[in-house]
Amino acid sequence: MSSLIPQFVVDLWDAIPMLFQHLIIITAQILGVTIVVILTVAFTTYFERKVIGYMQGRLGPNRVGPLGLGQPFADVIKLVIKEVVIPQRSNRFLFLIAPMLSLIPALAAWAVIPLSGSFVIADINAGLLYVLALTSVGVYGVILGGWATNSKYAFLGAMRSGAQIVAYEIAMGFALVGVLMAGGSLNLGVIMQAQAGGFSSWFIIPLLPLFFVYFISGVAETNRAPFDVTEGESEIVAGFHVEYSGVAFALFFLAEYANMILVSALTAIFFLGGVASPMEGWTFLGDGSFLREPNFFWLAAKISFFLFVFFWLRATFPRFRYDQIMRLGWKIFIPVTIVWIAVEAVMAWMKVGPWSV
Amino acid sequence: MAEIQNFTMNFGPQHPAAHGVLRLILEMDGEVIQHADPHVGLLHRGTEKLAESKPYNQSIGYMDRLDYTSMMCNEHSYVLAIEKLLGVAPPIRAQYIRVMFDEITRLLNHLMWLGAHGLDIGAMTMFLYCFREREDLMDCYEAVSGTRMHATYYRPGGVYRDLPDSMPQYQASKWRKQKDVDRLNEVREGSLLDFIDAFTEKFPGCVDQYETLLTDNRIWKQRTVNIAVVSPERALNLGFTGPMLRGSGIEWDLRKKQPYEVYDRMDFDIPVGTNGDCYDRYLVRVEEMRQSNRIIKQCIDWLRDNPGPVMLDDHKIAPPKRVEMKDDMESLIHHFKLFTEGFSIPAGEAYAAIEHPKGEFGVYMISDGANKPYRVKIRAAGFAHLASMSEMVVGHMLADVVAVIGTQDIVFGEVDR
Repeated sequence: MSSLIPQFVVDLWDAIPMLFQHLIIITAQILGVTIVVILTVAFTTYFERKVIGYMQGRLGPNRVGPLGLGQPFADVIKLVIKEVVIPQRSNRFLFLIAPMLSLIPALAAWAVIPLSGSFVIADINAGLLYVLALTSVGVYGVILGGWATNSKYAFLGAMRSGAQIVAYEIAMGFALVGVLMAGGSLNLGVIMQAQAGGFSSWFIIPLLPLFFVYFISGVAETNRAPFDVTEGESEIVAGFHVEYSGVAFALFFLAEYANMILVSALTAIFFLGGVASPMEGWTFLGDGSFLREPNFFWLAAKISFFLFVFFWLRATFPRFRYDQIMRLGWKIFIPVTIVWIAVEAVMAWMKVGPWSV
Repeated sequence: MAEIQNFTMNFGPQHPAAHGVLRLILEMDGEVIQHADPHVGLLHRGTEKLAESKPYNQSIGYMDRLDYTSMMCNEHSYVLAIEKLLGVAPPIRAQYIRVMFDEITRLLNHLMWLGAHGLDIGAMTMFLYCFREREDLMDCYEAVSGTRMHATYYRPGGVYRDLPDSMPQYQASKWRKQKDVDRLNEVREGSLLDFIDAFTEKFPGCVDQYETLLTDNRIWKQRTVNIAVVSPERALNLGFTGPMLRGSGIEWDLRKKQPYEVYDRMDFDIPVGTNGDCYDRYLVRVEEMRQSNRIIKQCIDWLRDNPGPVMLDDHKIAPPKRVEMKDDMESLIHHFKLFTEGFSIPAGEAYAAIEHPKGEFGVYMISDGANKPYRVKIRAAGFAHLASMSEMVVGHMLADVVAVIGTQDIVFGEVDR
């Protein structure tokens, strides 16, 4: 390995103080993960359009490039060269900062996500709290954007979004309390390791109700159909981003999809063992079999599955009404999570179930 | 202390759920509607006035453009009014063709409604499923009249021409492989009747598919059950007709109550609702699609066995054949007269109404004996329905306004005329 790198590069690297060396490595990691996430977002849009297209009996994008794979780039180019129109009566500063406020938390949350058995940008102990905090902060972008636009449609969208996030944040938090109790740590890596040992030791089995609550809350939190009242196309036109165009709109769009991927990744980590292989315990595959190793590809497969479910829901269900979403969040999900936490506590106390250790 | 005010919102005319150019001024308390004020007239094209300045036949095309989702039904009412004034009845085969195309049109309209209603409430897949079947029906229009929408197919005295013996077929292209084209052309090998027959065979399955997605869907039910309830008495007072009235539980259908053409020979049922809410109106319309399918089948069977003329042999109204004109002086004169000044109708007035997919669609026509109407008044079902908008949405939320617009099945070409 060392022979591949010219001597002067090694010298140069050694000449850099330790602190800066560390900084450079971290920055490179952050850049790498961010770029991968953004590229994934680009192809998630393609994936979505293809999946929904086939579900609706049509072909989806197939004109730009082979199989339409160039479509995401065509979209990006279109959005980038469009003018960003700023409404005259809007608050310019907030109007422009809102898309960034919604994108930054969506990308920053990736810092604590373990992307393979060993790789994570920031291996912090309060990872779960960090994730909860950042996903909640994301809504400020939506609320500020809706408010700063100074349009009634956008304002209604922002109001709906605020109420919705409050309702589902609680259900989500309670669902995570269950994961926390089972995993015994706030560190996402530790939670993942607690599920090592094949399909049967994943938390989805003992925590099935919490899994559903968490995933559905995640759909609600990312404002995806059937909970997309904040941008309900047919009611309030586009909701909070009704006046956004060009790059400013692209940022909101990016944030929404980054959040979707994030929620999928988190669901995979909390309930499906993250990078763990479902066949880990299958000894007949032989030792050191690729299929039994914890691997980034397992995580990617799980994320893709959850993204597919996102699109599936969108193609199948009509949209909830705003008050019905509130009812589902407050009156169904929160009681379900509380009951299941109690059940879990009793089981742990009686030393049954995988968390009894 | 700040005063709490209601929130006024301008809904439309540029709005994805405005179904064209509806403009609603909504007064809202939070998201709850206190009052809704529909503004109409943004698509006013003066159809009635235009009809006064043209020979009778030249206005048929305008009727297509009234309710542009159920084109031939509009024509039907206008043509019936002319025939009533003239005192003629079209040949029986033409009557069957008209009934068949009225029902095809009903399917076109209801499919458009179901798709748009689903899309309004957020079920976007419905829209594409409905348009998939709509495409086939459009092909029927195209085969019979040459146009996919504005057919101008019904004429006073019959229909423009008989059903064609062949269907237009798809051709392979860069985007469509020969294999796909063959699959699409499979049902297009025979005559138009064969094509429609194949359609009626598959259509009930398609309706089942729509129903699988919506009828028992909890979200769909939450969004439509008990939304915009209209009592039977109130529905009558508001001048509701068609599925809006039947959804409230009143069994009123002009096809049964005042049969025109050959509807009295058809075997079909009238579905009625019980609660008069959006869900009932949805069920009524879905069932109507199944019933229309039945009627179309009966028409196909009759039309297969009974060839015959489709236009009156009266050259004072219907133009003579091209071939006859070549060596018949009188035919040439008839043709010239018909295509320069049209025909004149004896002075009088008539009202002809049909069961349009949206309700009762009537044309009231006054003739002063000239070759163009003295006055044409169109009774559009949607206008009366839209007038009840405020009453139907008060107390509901903004999202329900969209559901109500959908359930009223508003098309502005007809409302604004």
